[in-house]
Amino acid sequence: MLRKNAIVILGCVELMLNSVNLLLAAFSAYKGNGDGQLLVFFIMVVAAAEVAVGLAIIAMLYRNTRSVDVSIFNKLRG
Amino acid sequence: MDQFLFFLVAFLAVASAVYFVFARNPLYAILSLIVTMFSIAGMYILLNAQFLAIIQIIVYAGAIMVLFLYILMMLNLNKQDESKKNNTLKFVGVFTAGLLLIGVLGVFRGVQQNQIVVDNADGSIGLTKNLGRLLFNEYVLPFELASILILAGIVGAVLIGKKDL
Repeated sequence: MLRKNAIVILGCVELMLNSVNLLLAAFSAYKGNGDGQLLVFFIMVVAAAEVAVGLAIIAMLYRNTRSVDVSIFNKLRG
Repeated sequence: MDQFLFFLVAFLAVASAVYFVFARNPLYAILSLIVTMFSIAGMYILLNAQFLAIIQIIVYAGAIMVLFLYILMMLNLNKQDESKKNNTLKFVGVFTAGLLLIGVLGVFRGVQQNQIVVDNADGSIGLTKNLGRLLFNEYVLPFELASILILAGIVGAVLIGKKDL
């Protein structure tokens, strides 16, 4: 765990999703098939919904604990 | 000219993504992620995927990143983000990424020159008209389900973010 800010960790997930989008769009343009670009469209839809819910969770966590440090959210650990 | 543009946009994307990963201040990190989103939209334009480029700018750089900035500004985190000095984890990460690099290079080494087939695609699949025709003829069910997914996301986000349940 190198970053402990929860918002930046969500941003890293968005970066990974963008890389997959770029790969799909490149292959779709290479083959002349539109399926890849439509899949990119749906991935963007899912990413938007996921970011909305994730940031709502982070906001609620901050409201309860006054911190977004992921190393202190370990109450579920055995 | 095409290659020069590609290298320029690609360098910008990689540089801003690397700065996003290594930045101390989370605000600077999110701002460099916005630059990454714009440069990926530039790459979509280079691929003649015009619909995707506009959607990338509107949805990713215009909505998702702005949402990140809202939450970041609302939390008002003044202290910088300090990463832990965990050398074992860094070594494991570099090792795993090195394995991935070896895998990718192995794929490129096994390709002879006469095996590279240039597909004669006309590149007009990225236009909004063609994509829209495909979306509403074959992918209409995922399209409607995506709208239900967005509705679920809205309800969930509002419910989680309410101050008093």
